[in-house]
Amino acid sequence: MIPEIGHFALVLALFIALIQTVMPIVGAYRGMPELMAMGKLAASAQLLFVSIAFAMLTWAFIENDFTVAYVAQNSNSALPIQYRISAVWGAHEGSLLLWAFLLSLWTFAVTIFSKSLPEHFLARVMGVLGFVSVGFLLFILMTSNPFDRLFPAALDGRDLNPLLQDPGLIIHPPMLYMGYVGFSVAFAFAIAALLGGHLDATWARWSRPWTTVSWVFLTVGIALGSWWAYYELGWGGWWFWDPVENASFMPWLAGTALIHSLAVTEKRGAFKSWTVLLAIMAFSLSLLGSFLVRSGVLVSVHAFATDPARGVFILVFLCVVIGSSLALYAWRAPNVKGGGSFELFSRETLLLANNVLLMVALATVLMGTLAPLVLDALGLGKISVGPPYFDTVFVPIMLPLVILIGIGPMVNWRKGDASALMRKLRWIIIVSVILGLAIPLMAMGRTTLMVTAAVSLGAWAILSTAQYLRDRMVRNTGKRGLSAGVYGMAIAHMGMGVFVIGVTLSSAFSVERDLHMRAGDSVEMNGYVFTLDSVTPVNGPNYRADRGQVTVTLDGEKVAQLSPEKRTYFVQTMPMTEASIDASLFRDLYVALAEQREEGGWAMRVYHKPFQRWIWLGPLLMALGGLLAAVDRRYRTSAKRIVQARQKLSSQLADEGAKA
Amino acid sequence: MKLLRVFAVCGLLAASGLAYAIVDVELRDVGDEPRFNELSNVLRCMVCQNQSIADSNAELARDFRNQVKEKINAGQTNDEIVDFMVDRYGDYILYKPPFNMATALLWLGPFLLVIIGFIIIFRIFKRQGRGPDEDTTDSEQQARLKAMLDDEGDQS
Amino acid sequence: MKARYLLPIVIFFAMVAVFALVLYQIGQGRNIKDVPSPLIGKAVPQFELPLLLQPDQTFSSEQLKGHVSLVNVWASWCVSCRYEHPLLVEMSQNTDISIIGINYKDERPDALKWLRDMGDPYEASIYDYDGRAAIDWGVYGTPESFIVDQQGIIRYKHTGPISVEKLEAEIMPLIRELRQQGGES
Repeated sequence: MIPEIGHFALVLALFIALIQTVMPIVGAYRGMPELMAMGKLAASAQLLFVSIAFAMLTWAFIENDFTVAYVAQNSNSALPIQYRISAVWGAHEGSLLLWAFLLSLWTFAVTIFSKSLPEHFLARVMGVLGFVSVGFLLFILMTSNPFDRLFPAALDGRDLNPLLQDPGLIIHPPMLYMGYVGFSVAFAFAIAALLGGHLDATWARWSRPWTTVSWVFLTVGIALGSWWAYYELGWGGWWFWDPVENASFMPWLAGTALIHSLAVTEKRGAFKSWTVLLAIMAFSLSLLGSFLVRSGVLVSVHAFATDPARGVFILVFLCVVIGSSLALYAWRAPNVKGGGSFELFSRETLLLANNVLLMVALATVLMGTLAPLVLDALGLGKISVGPPYFDTVFVPIMLPLVILIGIGPMVNWRKGDASALMRKLRWIIIVSVILGLAIPLMAMGRTTLMVTAAVSLGAWAILSTAQYLRDRMVRNTGKRGLSAGVYGMAIAHMGMGVFVIGVTLSSAFSVERDLHMRAGDSVEMNGYVFTLDSVTPVNGPNYRADRGQVTVTLDGEKVAQLSPEKRTYFVQTMPMTEASIDASLFRDLYVALAEQREEGGWAMRVYHKPFQRWIWLGPLLMALGGLLAAVDRRYRTSAKRIVQARQKLSSQLADEGAKA
Repeated sequence: MKLLRVFAVCGLLAASGLAYAIVDVELRDVGDEPRFNELSNVLRCMVCQNQSIADSNAELARDFRNQVKEKINAGQTNDEIVDFMVDRYGDYILYKPPFNMATALLWLGPFLLVIIGFIIIFRIFKRQGRGPDEDTTDSEQQARLKAMLDDEGDQS
Repeated sequence: MKARYLLPIVIFFAMVAVFALVLYQIGQGRNIKDVPSPLIGKAVPQFELPLLLQPDQTFSSEQLKGHVSLVNVWASWCVSCRYEHPLLVEMSQNTDISIIGINYKDERPDALKWLRDMGDPYEASIYDYDGRAAIDWGVYGTPESFIVDQQGIIRYKHTGPISVEKLEAEIMPLIRELRQQGGES
């Protein structure tokens, strides 16, 4: 009964979404307030019904209802409760339902936080979001119904893939999807603006908080995925340039460019058509990501169901949504003009350079991801494009960006003062280089040219941003302190510097040993001594394991006790490695059991990874910065007050003009 | 459930007990470990095709690793070892794409795009100012507006 | 002036065209995990390995010359091999095609038992215990089948179990063609 309710709720939601698509668009076109208002109503109703569906599926998992095929495929009665819940989004059908649910949530949020939006504009936004919902709900109902029954019912489920039985996997997909789905709002705003024919700085200001919050979620989602892969899968790796990882990274790159482009459009009214295109691109890349993951065209460890029929559906959906939005862009964008003028050396140009670099990075990742697909399809050979390619090509593009982080905020709009800038930054350059030498030398006792250059850049980003903050605080004569947006930007930019330092030091100085150890054996790395004490069998809730005990000492003092495990789950009997990590701010100590040897002992992997945590600390800071920027007071200033203030200013200016 | 099948195959192979009497090759010179790690990360496991032979649990990955270690011990260069694998399994086994007619765009592309990017920047800069100047930020007016809003905010 | 605004949609539909092509190919039965063999058109890798049934005797790659053969890589632990084995047995009974087996990374007793239970279609069974020879053949999963011509050149490779369709559509025609070219009956 419960699954049928869920199924029915989805069908209702689909019809409501259709109403939400058609009525407000027609209403905006014809100027009919009653139809336009239906958008908000439909959004609320849709949230209700999709929530019901999601709740029903969750209930089926909690109650171990193995008459539902999706539950039988992904759960098991021995599965701990938290994973029974996270299994809801553990596979294709359920993750789509999560997407639909989050979409209805974001749509509803737009209806709440939209007091300052004009009626026509909001109606069009609702229409676009409704259309996206229709696509997803139709996809679910036609090809990927999580509520399909299983006859005869299974006695017990096939269990959730052990790799997914992990806290990281509980929040990683929801965070990612919040980001992907959030970009649909920026997309809807862009399309609504193109449809209405009004694209101005005000539109940019409305879009910014929505875009920034989505970007924050996506940043957190990607960082979580990387961190999870590191301790769960990876033999010490945290980014593999796997096609599906790239599929999440591309929207992020577009989103970052979008945030910066929106800043220019809001402040100076410039780059409007760029901003619109970026908004379309960010969401399109999110959709493209879903296609790549679910259609079976790519080989990837993350890939969901490989069903060409589903692939065809998504491809058609992509064509309709992206095709029509790009067609609208080609038609309307040429008429979008305006914006303040600027000199060659100005913040506008620097932001433009920033965006160009981000776009080149995006194009590179796209090419590298699709190249094997294209060549294979055309019969031109089967190649692999992996880390050797991406690392070689991507890094040189990103490094100039780090330089720009330091310069950009300090350069004025319209016309920058190069010599004054040099005076300010001269010392920072010197200190950055000194730090670039000092940090690796102090941490590892050695350095190379590349390491010093990269660490200097990271230090440069942090120090120059700190200098910028200091300058702003000194100049701020108003009653209030600096706005949240300024702090947000600063923290985010510093996060980038932290990330660069972490990646550089970890990549350059990590030591990995792959060796055979028996109880009592030791190995030394960078001063740390790892001793295997013992390996004993243990039992878990739904697995049995061999657990090793490894003691780590530094200069004779014990610094860590590690317990790596090799688990065999009862249902899906493949062996799983649970690495044991001792993490601190400046280094990770990492041990994993590879396999048992008949001659006694175990093949093991032992790592020392300096500054590894900085790799995720950076994105965390970026996310925090983004959050601060999104809640900046000026976005919460009500439209009414702005209008009143403007009127007051106008009359003041008129008075001053009259007196003059 | 493709994910399941991939791991089932890899798991089956790993757990199938083929670790019986095949002894793993050891590197003769511990100093060769970085080279071994580098090579293992660059070669794809042909069974679990999403993993390198460094990461994969599959039996074939183990065989490949042993081959690599043997060849390192025999004094072969990285290029010779890579060529050995590519001759037998094709370009697909190497994570670094070859540079040939088909992949030229892939390797040169980013570089070309940067150049195109800078041309675009220059052209946008040149083009701007021809449209109506919608200067929405007269800084003095903006400052007064901001001050007014700040004041009002204090009172509210 | 308008042209540059059309660029995004043009690029997009170019991508869609490629995706559509790939989906079509998958629909036609293409397995994207299939890896084409670089050994096609090259000589069979040299080896000399013991036979499975008579361990004191060996089989050398030279013996593959002079006639067209189907070389089949299999193992008793390989589940998919069971699907194609009856086909091979039938082939060995109803045709005079030379089928050579390479037993891959298997324990001799297990392999012998398997052949006893399932039938032995092989003219000769080569025993590749450590799998080294198979690496020379570019083997990465069982079962795999190769067609070798009279000069000892590899002309075809199939990964996975042989289906009746594949047999009739590709394998038998190629073997017949090669035999005609080589003057075999």
